[in-house]
Amino acid sequence: MIQINIRLFVTLSKYLSSEDGLLNIKEDTTVEMLIDRLGIPVNSVKLIFVNGNKQDKTYCLKHNDRLGLFPPVGGG
Amino acid sequence: MEIYKKKDRYSRNFNTITREEQSCLAKARVSIIGLGGLGGGVCEMLARVGVGNLTLIDGDCFDFTNLNRQLLSREDLMGTPKAKAAQDRIHAINSEIAVTSIPKYADDTNLYDLIKKSDLAIDCLDTIDSRFILQKAARKAAIPVVSGAIAGVSGHVTVFFPKDSGYELIYGKKSQDRSRGVETITGNISYCAMAVAALQSSECIKILLNRGDILRNKLMIIDLWTNTFEVMDLISFP
Repeated sequence: MIQINIRLFVTLSKYLSSEDGLLNIKEDTTVEMLIDRLGIPVNSVKLIFVNGNKQDKTYCLKHNDRLGLFPPVGGG
Repeated sequence: MEIYKKKDRYSRNFNTITREEQSCLAKARVSIIGLGGLGGGVCEMLARVGVGNLTLIDGDCFDFTNLNRQLLSREDLMGTPKAKAAQDRIHAINSEIAVTSIPKYADDTNLYDLIKKSDLAIDCLDTIDSRFILQKAARKAAIPVVSGAIAGVSGHVTVFFPKDSGYELIYGKKSQDRSRGVETITGNISYCAMAVAALQSSECIKILLNRGDILRNKLMIIDLWTNTFEVMDLISFP
């Protein structure tokens, strides 16, 4: 198992039960697999950031990664 | 009175902004597209800091749903075009600013002509589709865009120049986009709109003065529930 820090923003925050954002996951878990595990509709994720860099859903998560997921935001 | 006014108007800008930079701002031409929650705040801040030429574009009129967050909206202005209200507000703040008020919705047929003489465009629009229309017009006009977007108490700000990938980095290919984001679920809260408008105004001034760190190809994400202010790289380097 590895541990990551995950932040879910705006409407996605309801999918995370961990208050401190720490999550234990299996090695070789991709962002897409984690999104599925958390029950997040895949189309509701627009931006994926890992350690401050934009990534795509095929990124394979590593120990101590900081993952942020953002839905589409377009209001003005 | 006139001499007193001109002498003192920007005295509290100095020396965060130099007198030479203040003169530069007085000559600058900025278009603000969308005059709602973001655009109203940007108008106010750019007028006060002294950006000398503002083009204000929005075809909408105020209604009661705007009052919770849009700085320019007032109970006595219901039904008034937002472009007119913005012009009146700027004149009341700073009569030295040249304002061009365009009470029309930006679209593919008019936007290039409306912004082509500007040094910079500020995206305060409220649909994803319209942001791509602005991107196309700004590329043709060869000017940078400062973009802000909000939902609830979250938002993001970025800057792109004509040859940058722009909105594709945030929203994906245009054909994949829904026109609106999760703000249709969350609504928008006044202080978040003002926070993002402040960040957009700051990016605008930095570009005009060629000073400071600009959010080019970077995305500043804010979330006010969790006090998150983070700058993300939109272009990943292996």
